[in-house]
Amino acid sequence: MASSIRVRAIVNGETTEVQTLIQHPMDSGFIKDDKGEFIPAHFIQELTFEHNGRPVFVADWGTAVSKDPYVKFAFKGANKGDDLKVSWIDNKGETDTATFKIQ
Amino acid sequence: MKKISNALWSLASLVSIGSAALAASSEADFKSAYARADAAEQEAGHLRNQWLAAEAALADARKAAAKQDFETAIAAAKEAEALAKASIFQTTSEKEAWKNLEIH
Amino acid sequence: MRFWLTILAVAALSIAHPTHAADSIDPAADARAFRNYFVEKFPNVKLDDFANGPYSLNEDMRRQWEGKEQFPPYEFSLEAGKELFAKPFANGKHYADCFAEQGIGVRQNYPQFDGKSGQVITLELALNQCRETNGEKAISYTGDDMAALTAYMAFTSRGKPFDIKVPDDPRALEAYENGKRYFYTRRGQLNFSCATCHVQNPGERLRAEVLAPALGILNALPIYRSEWGGMGTTSRRFVSCNSQVRGVPLEPQAEEYRDLEYFLSYVSNGLPISGPGSRP
Repeated sequence: MASSIRVRAIVNGETTEVQTLIQHPMDSGFIKDDKGEFIPAHFIQELTFEHNGRPVFVADWGTAVSKDPYVKFAFKGANKGDDLKVSWIDNKGETDTATFKIQ
Repeated sequence: MKKISNALWSLASLVSIGSAALAASSEADFKSAYARADAAEQEAGHLRNQWLAAEAALADARKAAAKQDFETAIAAAKEAEALAKASIFQTTSEKEAWKNLEIH
Repeated sequence: MRFWLTILAVAALSIAHPTHAADSIDPAADARAFRNYFVEKFPNVKLDDFANGPYSLNEDMRRQWEGKEQFPPYEFSLEAGKELFAKPFANGKHYADCFAEQGIGVRQNYPQFDGKSGQVITLELALNQCRETNGEKAISYTGDDMAALTAYMAFTSRGKPFDIKVPDDPRALEAYENGKRYFYTRRGQLNFSCATCHVQNPGERLRAEVLAPALGILNALPIYRSEWGGMGTTSRRFVSCNSQVRGVPLEPQAEEYRDLEYFLSYVSNGLPISGPGSRP
């Protein structure tokens, strides 16, 4: 099964610019389906980016983040060819993780 | 005494028969009001321009009638008829009026 | 006496109501006028940019959109569409067998007028006709699969200019005119026509949204709408526009909708396919 995480990480001078697109329903629990029943909340609670074992970006998310979230951030201290590890865990305990090479 | 109570009894019966008759005529009134509204909405459908509010009013009329609340049902049916007729008027006048918006 | 009065009446009537042939249908003239209207209204917008809808008219929205285009929200639907397109039917045939050029880089030719059936064939209709011809059930015009398939086909045509043909066939001209009439006709309880928003008020706000210009408006379809949380077809957009003006929508791919798509695509001839698009 394909990963839910796509990453583009590019070194630009001193900083590395990271863009991520994650496939996840991010259901808030407030929306009803066709039958009028609430779709249960199903959302990423923690998203972590690690470089050389050190977390460089950690997000604590709730129901306000929309479906298929897109994240963009920059951090210092990485070089081209380094590994960037991305992982998330949601409120149902489901997880995904992937590692990407910084370009 | 018996005469008065007999008279009262007859009066009471008359009143109850009367209100039953009234209720029956309300249902008949509803049926004809709904039929008119439905016919207008069907015509709007043929003209391919129905309004959501007309459909909603018809649904409200049916719901109220199912609960035997014919007063509400008749009001909703009349509302639906007015909305359906307005949509028909819109379609008819737009047959020519659309040209006023056309880019030339 | 009555005889002469009747003659006079008939003569008066024929002068007052010229025959339809006198108002000949001229799509090319319409398209020129349509384009000029928007070019004059927005002199700072490059012609091709109209295919980007509200982003051509609002700087702030454009910046956000350009940022997201590096990693567009429609990627998942696009990949799903590519897979769906390649998947064979039960009889072993593929969607590619129903289209010219194997269905790659042909989106800009739709809708087209089919002389045999005398109707306008949109891309969505063509896809379902392909399914039915090959023994498969039709799929929903407003669902995710049709959106994914048309997204993929649009992507293979990105940059190619709309090339819609209205042949000199009275049925095609009538379909084109029907679509034009639909576009300008006010409908629904709010009494809006498509033109009310997209000709009279492009760039203006309708609640929180910025209205797109009608020129190039279909070039980006299908679109990933944040509001929908997913990819939606042209059918879905037409249906939702109808209910937004408080009118009961027609059935997806109804004749009126196909004719409307025919007209709107034709007057945007020459502008590039920008689909699949993303919108708020």
